[in-house]
Amino acid sequence: MDALALLAIFALLLVVAWVVVTPLRREAATRAAAREEADRQDLEAARDAKYREIRDAELDLQTGKLSQEDWRALDRQLRAEAVEILRRLDELE
Amino acid sequence: MDPARKRRFRLVAALTAALVLAGGLVYTSFSAGSPAKTPSELLASAEAGGSYKLTGKVVDGSIRHEGDTLLFSVRDRDGTTSVPVSYTGSVPDPFREGREIIVTVSRGAGDTFVAEKDSLVTKCPSKFEAEDDAASDMS
Amino acid sequence: MATVGRAALLIALLICAYGVIAAIYGALSGRREWVESARRSVYALAIALTVAFGILEFAFLRSDFSFAVVAGHSSTSTPTFYKASAMWSSQEGSLLLWVWLLSLWSSLVVFLTRRRMREVVPWATAVLLGYGAFFTALLVFAVSPFETLAQPPADGAGLNPLLRHPAMMIHPPMLYSGYTLFAIPFAFAVGALIAKRVDAEWIRSTRRFALGAWLVLGIGIILGARWSYNELGWGGYWAWDAVENASLMPWLTGTAFIHSVMIQEKRGMLKVWNVSLVLATGILCVLGTFLVRSGILDSIHAFGASTLGVPFVALIAGMSLGSIALVVWRRGLLRSEHRLDSLLSREAMFLLNNLVLVAMCFVVFWGTFFPLISEAVTGEETSVGPPWFSRYTVPLALVLVLLSGIGPLIAWRRATATNLRRTFAIPVTCGVVAFLALLFVPGVPQKPLALAMFALAAFVAGTVGQEIWRGTRARRAMTGEPLPLAVTSLVRRNRRRYGGYLVHLGIVVLFVGVAASSTFQTAHDSRMSPGDTVRVDGYDVRYVRATAEVGDDPSGTGAMLSLGAVLDVSKDGRHVTTLRPARSFYPSNSTASGPVEWLVGGEPTSEVAVRSGPLKDFWTAVNPDMTRFQEIIDQGDKAVAADIPEMQQPMVAFRLLRDVIAPNYVENPPPAMFRMISSPLVAWIWIGSLIAIGGGLIALWPAPDAARRRATATLRARVAQDLGRA
Repeated sequence: MDALALLAIFALLLVVAWVVVTPLRREAATRAAAREEADRQDLEAARDAKYREIRDAELDLQTGKLSQEDWRALDRQLRAEAVEILRRLDELE
Repeated sequence: MDPARKRRFRLVAALTAALVLAGGLVYTSFSAGSPAKTPSELLASAEAGGSYKLTGKVVDGSIRHEGDTLLFSVRDRDGTTSVPVSYTGSVPDPFREGREIIVTVSRGAGDTFVAEKDSLVTKCPSKFEAEDDAASDMS
Repeated sequence: MATVGRAALLIALLICAYGVIAAIYGALSGRREWVESARRSVYALAIALTVAFGILEFAFLRSDFSFAVVAGHSSTSTPTFYKASAMWSSQEGSLLLWVWLLSLWSSLVVFLTRRRMREVVPWATAVLLGYGAFFTALLVFAVSPFETLAQPPADGAGLNPLLRHPAMMIHPPMLYSGYTLFAIPFAFAVGALIAKRVDAEWIRSTRRFALGAWLVLGIGIILGARWSYNELGWGGYWAWDAVENASLMPWLTGTAFIHSVMIQEKRGMLKVWNVSLVLATGILCVLGTFLVRSGILDSIHAFGASTLGVPFVALIAGMSLGSIALVVWRRGLLRSEHRLDSLLSREAMFLLNNLVLVAMCFVVFWGTFFPLISEAVTGEETSVGPPWFSRYTVPLALVLVLLSGIGPLIAWRRATATNLRRTFAIPVTCGVVAFLALLFVPGVPQKPLALAMFALAAFVAGTVGQEIWRGTRARRAMTGEPLPLAVTSLVRRNRRRYGGYLVHLGIVVLFVGVAASSTFQTAHDSRMSPGDTVRVDGYDVRYVRATAEVGDDPSGTGAMLSLGAVLDVSKDGRHVTTLRPARSFYPSNSTASGPVEWLVGGEPTSEVAVRSGPLKDFWTAVNPDMTRFQEIIDQGDKAVAADIPEMQQPMVAFRLLRDVIAPNYVENPPPAMFRMISSPLVAWIWIGSLIAIGGGLIALWPAPDAARRRATATLRARVAQDLGRA
């Protein structure tokens, strides 16, 4: 094995070790924080999905698939579900 | 019918339909398939009218053209028992003597086996040479 | 250099092992720094594998024949463009490509989720690195790409000429990208099940990855079909071959997932189903990777028993059992929150669509593995052919098309029954009009399945058109935008919906192309000498003259000799086109060949000549009768070997080929076999795929942040009102 190859391998090892080891020297965070964060992200994703549903329902009305009454009932229901999600989000803080 | 019963009914209906379809599929596959046979197996057990997937190597020097028909013999991979085949249709690019092939045949007049049109498939010669979709000539 | 490559692979394996342990430890102990280190390991893996990949690729480009792989798959005469792709024509190189792509996509995903899904990511990282460990272990211990030869040969074996086509350069990377991209939803599903986070956030991320993987895999499949059509001498694009099927199956389940996950998003239903689909898709991708190199299925790809069969089977078995165990373990988590509100809802349509797609996947699976199944059951290995596949997939495809037309016309949750008549009027009319019109086209009524496909396609086109029109009209009523702007902003603000509609349109156009070209094809095989004319589907094709090109390959594939024909195609006396199909001959690498044979004794390929039109393709291939030609080559071999000293033989052989043998072919051509196929609407297959790909990109494209914030702000205001009131 020639010197250049050896050097290249050593360089690669160094880079890899640096990339992998640096986080270990930082502060650790607690598990509870992770769970709370995950809960919030999940509720935010659910909220965004609910908003999309509300917009979809509106588009369904505009393209003639829903009658006015059906849409109003659906919109009301969806907004109630969105309110619930927002409330749970507020509770988290 | 209350909603729960309706739902269960739908589920049962769907499952039954699925089972019936799957059953039909399974049944027809066993009757629609062609068994794979080597030349020696073919000579031993080929029934008239049955179609078989003949697998083996092309015998050196056996390739001839007669008009639109291609004639060649197929032998066992490790052996000399060979079977003459009469073939029409597209010939895959890698086809040549000594290559492994698969062709769907049925017993013809005399000793020859008549091949189904376009059913000749030639295996690529070396280990993992051709890429994922080198679908040579199978129709 | 090879040692550096070997070391890089070993380092990669160690990184994977470390990363798996760090990720699991970090997940169990809650210590985030270890999870962070595991995430970084994914980046490190990408670095190490890029080094290995680069070394190998460089060796190919430099034609360094001390590398056994390079000697076995490339040569000095292989054109540079194809030297690069020769790397993945080898078992070792293709595995390295696979795991390199896996590391790249995993790095991307780990980067994108750096602040999200903190409970799931550790487990998902462990799974992805576990994959990486498997493949790098294969590369380190079983099939090393960095084997060196003590005596490097002067020249290599060369790239199989069948693979010298641009599509073949991109097809494996595309396909492998599709497979490895599907590993990510798989990993995240496993992670979500372990971390008990099968929720909205999981849906959001997984759907994105799955859509991207679906798109890329689809492109890979289409490229393979196009290669088959344009490069191989049989004139078809799909043969229901085991390997083709292996790539289709995960694509089908992936399509099912993309639809059914929306039901989970809206109604919290089908959790078990969705998770199972994602896991199954990941397993099918590994199965596909395995099938092409295992030799367990007797097809054109019987590569003999490979040493990799057992590890792959173990991996697939492990993944399958593990997945089932996981789903059973977490079944409490996966209970449905709601039920279907109504059968007259888009959710119900999506459910039906899923059933059809899974049924199709089952059909393909059964047919593909039937040789093994029948051998196990009856002791005799039996296989089923394309007619069997078509018998079941065609009706299922028809139902699928029907559903893709009905689905968009029905609202989510519960459609208003009284509106149905108005909504369905135009699309159904389109379908009926198409049906009636086609009844008058000769030949069509006799093929009810094709006719049904065409009519249903018109129905779907009507649906998509109406949806775009109505949406645009509603938008203009609100904002007064001019028409083009209204359309673009409609699509931009509803990417998922309209991107999806466009995909449906593209797929339906593709199906029309498939239906037309397979049902109404006219194929003709004939043996012709110059001057002969043959009639195919109303075209008169005259074999004008033979051609022979030596050494100067117009298609850039490095062919030594190209024997071809000039065909004059005319219709009703009017010249339509001139086609020049040929058969190319490449240098053989066998030392047993005589000097002339050495020049042209390699794998021949067909250079297909196609005239593609929007309505019809005319496809030709030629197969010159080689018996007499072979005799001439043998004679040339003897003459050169006898009279010429060895050093000068190659040069003399070449001159003989160029100045005597090739011109002889032109002047005295033996009869050649011609295959001519006239197929309608083949171009629609490619056009349809482009439309579908465009639709997929639209659906995938993330909304720009500003627009998203505006949209949510308006909604938040409205909802906040309710909040204030409640």
